[in-house]
Amino acid sequence: MSDIVERTLTALPGLFLQGQPGGGPAAAKAPFSSRLGGLVRGVTALTSKHEEEKLIQQELSSLKATVSAPTTTLKTMKECMVRLIYCEMLGYDASFGYIHAIKLAQQGNLLEKRVGYLAVSLFLHESHELLLLLVNTVVKDLQSTNLVEVCMALTIVSQIFPREMIPAVLPLIEDKLQHSKEIIRRKAVLALYKFHLIAPNQVQHIHVKFRKALCDRDVGVMAASLHIYLRMIKENSSGYKDLTGSFVTILKQVVGGKLPVDFNYHNVPAPWLQIQLLRILGLLGKDDQRTSELMYDVLDESLRRAELSHNVTYAILFECVHTIYSVYPKSELLEKAAKCIGKFVLSPKINLKYLGLKALTYVVQRDPTLALQHQMTIIECLDHPDPIIKRETLELLYRITNSQNVTVIVQKMLEYLHQSKEEYIIVNLVGKIAELAEKYAPDNAWFIQTMNAVFSVGGDVMHPDISSNFLRLLAEGFDDETEDRQLRVYAVQSYLSLLDVENAFYPQRFLQVMSWVLGEYSYLLDNEKPEEVINRLFKLLMSDSISSETKAWLIAAVTKLTPQAQTSSTVERLIQEFTVSLDTCVRQHTFELKHLHENVEVMKNLLPVNKSCEDLVVDASLSFLDGYVAERLSQGAAPYKPHHQRQEEKLSQEKVLNFEPYGLSFSSSGFTGRQSPAGISLGSDISGNSAETGLKETNSLKLEGVKKLWGKEGYLPKKESKAGEEMEASPAPLENAVSENMDQAGTRRDQAPVLAQSKEEKEKQLLASSLFVGLGSESQINLLGKADNVSHKFRRKSKVKEAKSGEAASARDLTCSSLHSPSHVAHEENDYLTALQDRGSAEAEEFPLGSELLDPESVSELPVVGKLSDCALSAPSLFADSDMEVFHPPSSAAASASAAAPVTAEIALASSFLEETTEDVRSGRVEVCSDETVTMSSYKLWKDDCLLMVWSVATKSGSELKSANLDIFPAENFKTSEQPGCCLPAAEAGSTKTFQYRLQVERPFTEETLSGSVSYQRVDTHAVQLEFSVNLSLLDFIRPLKISTEDFGKLWLSFANDVKQNIKMSEPQAALPSALKTLQEKVRLHVVDVRGNEGLLACRLLPSTPSLLHCRVHADGLALWFRSSCPALPDCLSYQCQKAIEGS
Amino acid sequence: MIRFILIQNRAGKTRLAKWYMQFDDDEKQKLIEEVHAVVTVRDAKHTNFVEFRNFKIIYRRYAGLYFCICVDVSDNNLAYLEAIHNFVEVLNEYFHNVCELDLVFNFYKVYTVVDEMFLAGEIRETSQTKVLKQLLMLQSLE
Repeated sequence: MSDIVERTLTALPGLFLQGQPGGGPAAAKAPFSSRLGGLVRGVTALTSKHEEEKLIQQELSSLKATVSAPTTTLKTMKECMVRLIYCEMLGYDASFGYIHAIKLAQQGNLLEKRVGYLAVSLFLHESHELLLLLVNTVVKDLQSTNLVEVCMALTIVSQIFPREMIPAVLPLIEDKLQHSKEIIRRKAVLALYKFHLIAPNQVQHIHVKFRKALCDRDVGVMAASLHIYLRMIKENSSGYKDLTGSFVTILKQVVGGKLPVDFNYHNVPAPWLQIQLLRILGLLGKDDQRTSELMYDVLDESLRRAELSHNVTYAILFECVHTIYSVYPKSELLEKAAKCIGKFVLSPKINLKYLGLKALTYVVQRDPTLALQHQMTIIECLDHPDPIIKRETLELLYRITNSQNVTVIVQKMLEYLHQSKEEYIIVNLVGKIAELAEKYAPDNAWFIQTMNAVFSVGGDVMHPDISSNFLRLLAEGFDDETEDRQLRVYAVQSYLSLLDVENAFYPQRFLQVMSWVLGEYSYLLDNEKPEEVINRLFKLLMSDSISSETKAWLIAAVTKLTPQAQTSSTVERLIQEFTVSLDTCVRQHTFELKHLHENVEVMKNLLPVNKSCEDLVVDASLSFLDGYVAERLSQGAAPYKPHHQRQEEKLSQEKVLNFEPYGLSFSSSGFTGRQSPAGISLGSDISGNSAETGLKETNSLKLEGVKKLWGKEGYLPKKESKAGEEMEASPAPLENAVSENMDQAGTRRDQAPVLAQSKEEKEKQLLASSLFVGLGSESQINLLGKADNVSHKFRRKSKVKEAKSGEAASARDLTCSSLHSPSHVAHEENDYLTALQDRGSAEAEEFPLGSELLDPESVSELPVVGKLSDCALSAPSLFADSDMEVFHPPSSAAASASAAAPVTAEIALASSFLEETTEDVRSGRVEVCSDETVTMSSYKLWKDDCLLMVWSVATKSGSELKSANLDIFPAENFKTSEQPGCCLPAAEAGSTKTFQYRLQVERPFTEETLSGSVSYQRVDTHAVQLEFSVNLSLLDFIRPLKISTEDFGKLWLSFANDVKQNIKMSEPQAALPSALKTLQEKVRLHVVDVRGNEGLLACRLLPSTPSLLHCRVHADGLALWFRSSCPALPDCLSYQCQKAIEGS
Repeated sequence: MIRFILIQNRAGKTRLAKWYMQFDDDEKQKLIEEVHAVVTVRDAKHTNFVEFRNFKIIYRRYAGLYFCICVDVSDNNLAYLEAIHNFVEVLNEYFHNVCELDLVFNFYKVYTVVDEMFLAGEIRETSQTKVLKQLLMLQSLE
C-alpha cells in the first residue's frame, strides 16, 4: 500500500491535465482532526488487506465504546461520525453508529448537524427502519429560519426519505416553492422530483406548482423542474403537449446565449440544460406532426449553434440528432442530422466514433442507406480492440439483418459471444441470435447449427422462452409438410451426433431440448432404431452432471420411445435404476413408465407418434370415478374435501388464527404452470387429487406437458431449477459447420468488383459486400427486412402473438373511441340537435340513439328537420324524445371553440361517442330540481374508469336564457374533475343543455351527497340560482376486478387491512350461489372462483384500489372476509355487501 | 438518472461512494469490486463508456483516480462525461490544485461537493461559481 502513496505523491503535479505543477504537500493543507488523520494515514500505510481489517476492527471497537458512552460530547461524536463514515466507505460494517448519526442530526449545532445528516445519507437507505426517527428532525429543520438548516433538510429529503412519511413534509416543501432564495426553491423542486419518483400519486395534486416552477424567474429552479417534466412526459407525453411552446422558447433563449454567464461551461451556454430540453422535445414530438412543427426551427438552430468548440457541444449535437430522428420527420433536418452522424462516425476520437455508431443504430431502420455510406467504418469497428465498440457494431448489424446477410452477421455475433464472459451480454446476445435465426434462416442445417450454438453457449442463463419457442417451432411446423419433416430429421440427426461426442458437456437446457426432440421425432429416422436412441438417453441419465429436472425430461423421452421399440432391456434397467430414486419427480415418472410398460397396447394408445400438437381430451370432472365414489359414499365414507378446506378445518380445530388462507392452498391449483414443454406426465389426471384442480386442466396438454412435484402442501408447480453449471465452449463440430456455412454464403454471393488493393482491404470489401447486401437501393424491398414477413423463413404460427396483437388493437380502438368521446361535440350540431329535441322531454324515457341519425342521408336531412321541428313545436319530430345528450366533458370549452370542422365529421365523431356511451351502464334519469323556467335532471354513467355525472338543463317553452352556469360544490370524499362552470352563452327556448362531470373517489365512504347549483339569466329578468343535490353511494365507484385465482391468492397476502362480517341466514348451504349473484349484480363484484362452499370475489374502487372478498358458508350463515390495500375500504364494502344480501 | 458515483484509485481503494439507488451493503461491495474490475482493464485508447449490468458506466481517469458514474442506458454519455469533468474542475478550485490525498483526507468534504452538484440522481448545479459560493459559505461555518 505504501507504494501507492508514493505513486500518488509522484503523480501529484499531474493529477490534473490542466493543473499547474507544485500543489504543495497536500496533507498539510487539509485541516482534519488528528484522530481521523491518524486513521487515514494508518490505513494508507498498510500493505495487506488482513492488516487493514485488523486496524479497522480495532478502530471500530474503540469508536463503539466512545459513541455509546453517555459522556461523549456532540463535538467528539461529530469526529467519531466522520471516522465511521470512513470505515463504512472501506466496506466495514458500522451499523452500531447509525442511531448516533440520527441523534447527531437531531441535536447538534449547525456543523454537527451537517455531519449527522451526511452520515445518515451515507449509512441508511430509503427503506431503512431507523429513517423514521429522522422525520421529526427533518420537519423541524424545514421550519427553521436558518437557511443552512433548511438546505440540509431539503438535501436529505431528496436523497432518502421514507415513502410513507411523505405527507408529513409535503406541505412544508410545497411552501418552500415560494421561498425567496433560489437555492431553497431549487432544492424543494428536486425534493418533489424525488417524491414523484418514489410515490407519484402523492404529488399529483401539485402539478400546477410544477408549472409555476417551470416559469420561475431563476434559471436554476426552472432547470430543476425539467427533471420532473422529463419524467412525467416520458410516462405520458399527451398531457403536456401544451407546454411544447414554452420548452421551445426556453431552448431558444438558452441557445441564443440569453442566460447569465454563470451557466456557461467552457463558453457553451448551459449545455446540460440544452440536453434536457432536447430530450423533452424529442418525447413530445414523437409521432406528432403538429407538435413537431413547433420545434423544427429551434432544432435547426441548435444544430447550427453547436459549433464544435468543446466536447460538451458533441453531447448537445448527439442529443439534437437523437431528437430530430425521434420527432415527426422533416427531410431538411434529417439531412443535416445525417451529416452530423457522419462527423461522429468518422471522428478519430474513440468516444465520438462510439456515439456515432450508437446514433447509426438508432436511425438505421429509418434510413438504411446511412449505414451503407459508412460501411467501411463499420467493418473496421467490427474488429476494434475495444469490446464496447465491437458490441455496438454488432447491435447495429443486428438491426440491418435481412435474409441475405444473416449468416455473416450471426457468425460475427457468435464470434463475439464465444469471447464474452459477462452474463448480461451473453443473455442479450443469445436472444438476438435466436431471433435472427428464427426469422431469416436460409436453410434447415444452418438454423439447427445456429440454435445448437445458442443453446450450448447461452445454456442455462438464457431466457427460457428461447428453448420453448424453438420447440414450438419444431412441433407446430410450417405450411410445408416435407419442409417440417426435413427440419425435424436434421435436428434429430444433429443431436444424435452431438451426443456421440465423447466427453462433451452440454448445458441442462440444451439437453432438455435434445431429449424432447429425440423423444418426439426420432421415429423419423430410418436408419436409427428407437432402442439405440433409448440407449443413448440412458447413458445420459446415468451421468453425474445431469440435474434432476433434466432427468425427468430424459425419462419422458424414453417413455415416448418405448412403445416404438420392440423390446429393450435398457428400459427395464432404467426402471430398476430409478424406481428407487430419491428424487420424487424422477421416481414418479419412472413408475409411470413401469406401469405403462406392462401394458404395451395402452401405452401405444396413450403415446401416439407425432401427436404433440393434437389437443388432448381430458375428462376433467373425473366422471369415470362417479360410480366408485357413489359406492364408497353409500358405504359411509366421508365426502371428499379439497385440500385447502381440510387445512383450514384443521387449523380452526386447533384454534389457531389462520392469517394466510390462500398462500399455500391456492398454489395447489397452480401446478398447471406451463413453464416447460416437458414430456407428458401421465399422472396429471389419474392421480390428480381433486376434481377442481382437474377443472383447470380441461384443455389441451399440447407441448406444455404438466410437470409437478409432490410437495408438502399438495401438488406444486415445478420450479425451473437453476442448474448452476458453467457452460464450456461449444464443441468443435458446431463451429466448423457454421464456418462452412459462412463459406458457402460467401461464394453464393455475387462478388463486388474489387479494385487492386491490399489483401486486407479486399477482405474488408468482401465482408462489407456480404454484410450490407440487401441494404442498397437496388433491393428496396428488403430494406424493411424486419417488418417484412414474407422473407421470414420460419414464420411461426404464434397464436399467442396474434392474440396479443389483437388485444393491443382492441385496446387501441378503445383509447381511440375514448379520445373521440371527450370533445368535439361542438356548437354546430349542438344547434341542430338541440333544435330537434322535443321540449319538456327531459324526463322522458331514454332510447338509444337511432342509427338512422348516424346515416349520412339522415345527416343531410338534419337541417331540414331542424327547421321543421322549429315550426311545429308540439309535433313529434322524427327523432322523438330527448336522448340526444350532448356531452360536455372537461375540455369541451376549448374544443368547441375551435369547431370549424365540417358538420358531417362532427356528427361522425358524435356518433362514435354516443355509441360508446350506450355501452356503459347508466342509471335512470332523475329530475333534481326545476322551476318555471328550467328543469334539471341528471343521471349517472358508470364508466369503467370513473363515474360520469350527466346533468341536463332543459329550458321550458317560451323562456329564453341569456346564460346558464353549473357549479358543483366541492365534496370531501371525492373530487370532480376540474372544470370551470359550464357556460351556455344563450339558450333558446325549449333547448337542452348537458353538462358532464367526472367523479373520482378520494377516500372511501358509504353515502354522500353531491350538491351544486345552476344559475341562469333570463332575457327579461334577473339572475336566478337553483340548488340541487344528488345522492352518491360507494357502489357508484365500485367496478369488478377481473383477476385469476392465483392473483387473488397473491393479492390477498399482500393486503393488510381486513374486516370480517357474519351474515345470518336460514339456509346457508343453498344461499351461496344466490348471494354471489346478488353481490355480482348489486355490488358489482367479480366472482373469481367458487369452490365448494367458498367464493372468491374481487372488485376495485375507482380508479384502481383493489379489494378482495372471501366468503364462506358455515353452519348458520355466511362469513364475509374483506381485504384491501386501502384501510377504510373493507368497512364500507362490508356494509354495502351486507345491505345487498339482506335486501335481496 | 445517476445510479451511483464512485471514485476509486487504481488499486481499487474507494475514495468516494455515493448511491442513488437502494443496495444492501454486500451488494455495494460487490459493485465496487466489479466496477474496478471492469474499468481498470480498459486501455486509455478505449472509450470512456462501459456497459455494466443493465446500466452503463461513464468513467474518466485523472492520474491514479477513476471517477465513475453509473447511469441508465438511455442517458447521454457525453453529458455525464462532461459532468465528471465539471465536478473535477470544481474540486480543483475548492482544494486549490487537488490531488488524491486531498480527497483521501477530506473525503467528507468531497461528499458535500457531490451533494451540491448532484442531487436525487440528477445533475443539480452545473455553474462552478455557484457551487463554489455555496461551498465557501458552508466552509465558513467551521
